Amino acid sequence: MEELIDGIGASPLRKEGRAKVLGAARYIDDLSLPDMWHGATVRSTIARGRIRNLHFGNEIDWSEYTVVSARDIPGLNTVAHLTNDHPCLASEYINHPDEPILLLAHPSKTALHHALKAITIEYDEYPGVFTIEESEQAVAAQDAERIIWDGSQWNATANCFKTYTMYSGEGEEVEAGLSRAFEEADYIVEGEYSTGAQEQLYIENNGVIAECFRDENGDVESVCVQGSMQCPYYLVHALELVFNLPEEKCRVIQVETGGAFGGKEDFPSVIGSHAALLAMKSGHPVKLVYDRAEDMAATTKRHPSRTRLRTAVSREGKLLGAEISVAIDGGAYSTLSPVVLSRATIHAPGPYHWPFLRVKSKAMATNVPPHGAFRGFGAPQSLFGLERHMDKIAKTIGISPEELRRKNFLATGDYTATGQPLVEEVDMQKLLTRALREASYHEKIARYAEENKTSPIKRGVGFAAFMHGTGFTGSGERRLNSQVHLELLPDGRPQILVSSTEFGQGTNTILCQAAASALHLPYDLVTIAQPDTSRVPNSGPTVASRTAMIVGKLVQRASEQMLHTLSSFAALPENHTSQQFLEAARRYLAEHGTLRESVRYEPPTKIYWDDELYRGDAYPGYAWAVYVAEVAVDTRTYSATVTRFDALQEVGRVMHPVLAKGQIEGGVAQGIGYALYEKCVWKNGHMANNQMTNYIMPTSADLPPIHVHFEEVPSIHGPNGAKGIGELPMDGPAPAILNAIENATGISFNAIPLLPEDIFERVHSLGHPHGGSRELDPNTDRDTRVEETIA
Amino acid sequence: MSKVQFLLNGQQQSVEVPPMKRLLDVLREDLRLTGTKEGCGEGECGACAVLMNGELVNSCLIPALQAEGTRLCTIEGVSTDGHLHPIQQCFLERGGAQCGICTPGMILATHQLLDKYPNPTMEQIQEGLGGNLCRCTGYMRIFESVQEAAALNPLAGK
Ligand code: FES
Ligand code: FES
Repeated sequence: MEELIDGIGASPLRKEGRAKVLGAARYIDDLSLPDMWHGATVRSTIARGRIRNLHFGNEIDWSEYTVVSARDIPGLNTVAHLTNDHPCLASEYINHPDEPILLLAHPSKTALHHALKAITIEYDEYPGVFTIEESEQAVAAQDAERIIWDGSQWNATANCFKTYTMYSGEGEEVEAGLSRAFEEADYIVEGEYSTGAQEQLYIENNGVIAECFRDENGDVESVCVQGSMQCPYYLVHALELVFNLPEEKCRVIQVETGGAFGGKEDFPSVIGSHAALLAMKSGHPVKLVYDRAEDMAATTKRHPSRTRLRTAVSREGKLLGAEISVAIDGGAYSTLSPVVLSRATIHAPGPYHWPFLRVKSKAMATNVPPHGAFRGFGAPQSLFGLERHMDKIAKTIGISPEELRRKNFLATGDYTATGQPLVEEVDMQKLLTRALREASYHEKIARYAEENKTSPIKRGVGFAAFMHGTGFTGSGERRLNSQVHLELLPDGRPQILVSSTEFGQGTNTILCQAAASALHLPYDLVTIAQPDTSRVPNSGPTVASRTAMIVGKLVQRASEQMLHTLSSFAALPENHTSQQFLEAARRYLAEHGTLRESVRYEPPTKIYWDDELYRGDAYPGYAWAVYVAEVAVDTRTYSATVTRFDALQEVGRVMHPVLAKGQIEGGVAQGIGYALYEKCVWKNGHMANNQMTNYIMPTSADLPPIHVHFEEVPSIHGPNGAKGIGELPMDGPAPAILNAIENATGISFNAIPLLPEDIFERVHSLGHPHGGSRELDPNTDRDTRVEETIA
Repeated sequence: MSKVQFLLNGQQQSVEVPPMKRLLDVLREDLRLTGTKEGCGEGECGACAVLMNGELVNSCLIPALQAEGTRLCTIEGVSTDGHLHPIQQCFLERGGAQCGICTPGMILATHQLLDKYPNPTMEQIQEGLGGNLCRCTGYMRIFESVQEAAALNPLAGK
């Protein structure tokens, strides 16, 4: 048997890497079709109101243009999500700034710029709500003028897309237990934490090219959209509704995608439908590619959030109970907010045991463009609150952040807050020990405490402990019912067919590795097809850290099935060489023409989930992590920088160390941006700083060395023991950094992004111009209240 | 329309374009060299970076006219006959390219950096790539790629 190289755990070259370093990879804006026109979007300039009048300036010869309005939509004027409240084009009412109203197409891009300027829209303006608080106040005051989303139509309530209540245990018992816990607690610690919106800022903007085909009667027969996206089948389903066509008449092709991070999960349904409408009406292929300003102003961002915790704790540092409430700002339409909220809710208790716990959560409507998917998907928000709060508890009761966590970590055999037994090994104690050692945490705590006394630069270290569920929540994977195919190419090489997409994270590579390892073939012999829905089955969306574990496992099963077929029907010998495999494959093809193995997701038999009670096995598996940040806060410039970062995680078996490290480092960098740099400035619901010049993401000069460490505990769920890692690194940096800033300055900051002006303002309001506020008493901290019930 | 001539990846080129047309568009639309990318169109991201007379410039900020008589190198000119340049090979092996959209600009920035500093320090690398944004990698694999390329560089180590 020949040497098996580049299997699981090796780092073979990225499948499409060569084309990328050559500059030969073709992204959507690099492609064009014969007779292709360009598209543009006319957007609302107000946040909320009613369109009174559309005016087309007569300086333009409109006969040269195709103009699409809501009236041209052959099917439903809706973007397919869980709730169909999101119009594809606004027809009468406006609910957020930059809402699409009209679409234009023309052979020349420049001509479109002039035309956009020649259209004026008059509105009757209505009052809007722009924050979670304003939306809540409107409901509380029953202010009909500010009820911006009428829930009754959608089985929800006014201004509120979704609510959840999650108990750890049976509701009534938990309520009684909670009352007792708060009565008996030595300390009750409360806190409120908030996070801002964050732009995904993939370097390639959203873009698509659409075509529309008609039958001999001139009726629309089918549409085809290719573009930059994560989830081709989401767009198929969107086109089905907008065009009232069956699934097989809506073809979607993913082309090379220049970054996504969730920002190309749901949004391609919008831009893809728009381009297809323009193609339908103009009779030409239409390319619709946003420029940066439009992409930033009009597409989704991470949901802003507010998390409140009220916790009961014993003198020794045992967590006795918690009441957590999480609110997220969903923007003007429901879109993915219910699912984001679900993940925020389930991750809110963190990796700790809470004897009694209630989490209440809600997604509120506001007049800003709908917020959507972004790496982490709700978990970074609620975990920020929790991990800041854990440090607050420790400070209040006078034990170290480390000791508090050690006393309360979940461990193998325990139950999570949803009642899921942790069957697979979990060892947070060990992770914490190693992470703190790798970061020289204890030594630095001692050293900086000394140095900070005299230095204007205050240094500190802090950490966050957390987990991230892999795959869809609850019964999600069962509903997705994902399918993968594995075929033989005419030369006998196997080819993977999935709708799972590559956008930098390594899908192509790791799925080929999973197949190569199961087929006992060198990695280079395995190929993967371009995601084209006319060829590939629906293997589910490429989101939720599910691809390696869930789809990877399916690829592994399909591979095993293929080996079985070839050994049964084509005399493939055991312990085959690649030559023997290819020969057997060709023998099989000569006899049968084709070979396609098809497998479907099979839920683990013991998995159970109750959507009503929000209890059961929330995720097939979890990745566990402890991240340590080291910071320096300059008390003269008020700037905080991260000077070193250590990220330790247990993500099962690491399939591809180079890609895995790259994923973690990239996520940590986005997390550092989330904490310290990236601020969306809102003006009446419009993003005012919609440019790279004034929305600041970390550059190569802003980032510290990021040290990535893995503990490998193979999981039973993924291929060869792998679990998901894509989103995990987004969860830990922000709380670890703010914990470190508190360690450095003694000041507890509870909102991100935390910019120098925020530090300045806070330090001055506390009356400590130099920030060396060791004497600051946590009990007087303005953002949180701490009651000591028993002296 | 103006006639603009330059030496592009070693070949003389001549184009008839509006004088203020962005060099980026001249390369992508008129010359069909799509390896040069647009990320922001305002000089912030470096995705459109090319070498002009050996200096790294953002082609989205350069009017065509300004390219007259210059020597230009785009990502397409970095490899020879399909053979990867050592910098490209290092980016490929070390995970310096994820989604790949920043990669052409990043590779040209590295090219210029190593011309200037055959043995760059970490600060010089961070500084030298400071105008090229990457949202995927967190830059660590890119730094490693650059260091590896420097180690392979025959000019280095002197
Ligand atoms: S596109 Fe030129 S710098 Fe961003
Ligand atoms: S690799 Fe995606 S932006 Fe750099």
